[in-house]
Amino acid sequence: MNAPSMTALRAGFSRGLIEYRHTLSSKGDLFAHFGTITVFIVVSLIMSGQDIDGTDVPIANMWMPGLMGLTVCMSGLLTVASTLATDREDGTLLRAKAVPDGMIGYLIGKAVHIALVTASVVAVLIVAATLLLDGFDPGGPADWATVAWVLVLGLLATAPLGAIAGSLISSPRAVMAVLVLPFMAVMGVSGIFYQAGALPEWMQWIAQALPLYWIGLGMRSAFLPDTLLAVEITESWRLDQAALVLTAWAVVGFLVAVPILRRMARRESGARVEAGRRRAMQRG
Amino acid sequence: MALVEEDTHAPAAHGGADGPGAAVEVSGLRMRYGDSEVLAGVDLHVRSGEVVVLLGPNGAGKTTTVEILEGFRARSAGDVRVLGADPATADERWRARLGVVMQSWRDHGRWRVEELLSHLAGFYAPYAEPGRPKPRAVPELLETVGLSDYARRRINTLSGGQRRRLDVAIGIVGRPEVLFLDEPTAGFDPEARRGFHDLVHGLADENTAILLTTHDLDEAEKLADRILILAGGRVAAEGSAEQLAGRVSADAEVKWTRGGQRFVHSTPDATAFLRGLFADYGDEVADLEVRRAGLEDAYISLVNRYEAGGAHEAASAFAEEIR
Repeated sequence: MNAPSMTALRAGFSRGLIEYRHTLSSKGDLFAHFGTITVFIVVSLIMSGQDIDGTDVPIANMWMPGLMGLTVCMSGLLTVASTLATDREDGTLLRAKAVPDGMIGYLIGKAVHIALVTASVVAVLIVAATLLLDGFDPGGPADWATVAWVLVLGLLATAPLGAIAGSLISSPRAVMAVLVLPFMAVMGVSGIFYQAGALPEWMQWIAQALPLYWIGLGMRSAFLPDTLLAVEITESWRLDQAALVLTAWAVVGFLVAVPILRRMARRESGARVEAGRRRAMQRG
Repeated sequence: MALVEEDTHAPAAHGGADGPGAAVEVSGLRMRYGDSEVLAGVDLHVRSGEVVVLLGPNGAGKTTTVEILEGFRARSAGDVRVLGADPATADERWRARLGVVMQSWRDHGRWRVEELLSHLAGFYAPYAEPGRPKPRAVPELLETVGLSDYARRRINTLSGGQRRRLDVAIGIVGRPEVLFLDEPTAGFDPEARRGFHDLVHGLADENTAILLTTHDLDEAEKLADRILILAGGRVAAEGSAEQLAGRVSADAEVKWTRGGQRFVHSTPDATAFLRGLFADYGDEVADLEVRRAGLEDAYISLVNRYEAGGAHEAASAFAEEIR
């Protein structure tokens, strides 16, 4: 790799760290990233008396890894999409274009930032579940390794989708409006809060075609006892299959996203940013 | 850093910046959006060390022109060379020799001033050349643009003028050979404006080619070696402030009434015209007014006509006045 790309790579990493620091010191960001999981942790505590049908495992213990999967998927899809739309509107992306190798720095920075934030939320969930939930087994290094690869592969599988959405939808406010409903639908069939094995078969097929089910499955495999396999779709953790499906989503996603991203980046200009500023101002 | 030095090339390999060759060369530049032609054949050139101001009313195509030169916008037609390369296809090495200050920027609001400037400066390091060290030292640069006291401030807490000065600092941190500034002084107070003018002259002394847009004639007169007035998608007039003023004042406007009717005539020789007028009508001529129009009058009437909607009529009327 040549010197400019190395420099941009390093700058990208430091950019990711700086933005991570900004996130940790911003109330708004902390609320956005940790607010949802806090609500779910509280609900889990209230529900702690209830077991999953036919087992003695509290339903809340199944929710925790489900939440971790959900966090990964939300980061990859919603955070990537809304960040991209915001960065297009306020000129961050254009600034990156104006600097030599700035786009490399920008993309690496985003990847590092989002991966760090996602990992932090997952880590908080693990700690909270271990401290607060009865019988939640935080597992050992092998389980955490599973969490790590599911997290990274899960982000790689979903981030291209988020990037495509963020490239095609020009207003950051519209991004959420467009994505939230389909996201909720996917969440509903993907066995995050309710075992997918109990859903009608056609829904199970939809779930298994999408990344979220496999990310959730990977997370559950790390933290739930094998007695719970009875409620999974094929009564097995199927980690190799999870890796395969997520990799396929990542590869196809990148192939589709790269030309769309290129086209979007090419069209960024000051006039577009100015138009975005006017739109944002009209909104008040 | 050591890695970086090894990769640098001799400056001669790039050329363009030195000698009489223009850093920016544009001919027949056209830009069309659907049915409307924003640029209808613009010619311009900027030499190293020269400050060229693109002056024109809002919507005259200044930003479009600059964005094409910056490589941010594809043109419809025309030849464009910036530092010897076509901006539409130029690479990152070319990009490293450019400085860009766009019209509207609200990015990186949560970053601190010094944090962002240092971060962006880092990208230029591999592109340093002998005799052209890159990037500029950040503390000195903050001093130059008068933001030393704000180095640790979050960018979204800066005033409009301070934010703009940061934009300028970012634009020049890579020690560019060509600098594009689109309405750079928006939000500046008079002192900041004066400081900015000194900065621009200093950059020109370092042999930087500078193309700056403004709709403020006063600013153009203070800064420009050459002013290009853009109207109706063309360069309506070109020259130094003195040359343009001289060309305008060649014409005087004569107003009078005769038999209750108002007349207006513009003429390069008011005395001869009046002699003829009196010879023909004598005492019938009343309410006589003779006025030499300055560049400012010509420009203001251009802007007024332009804003009234007739871009092309405004441009041709202006071209008439400034012939």
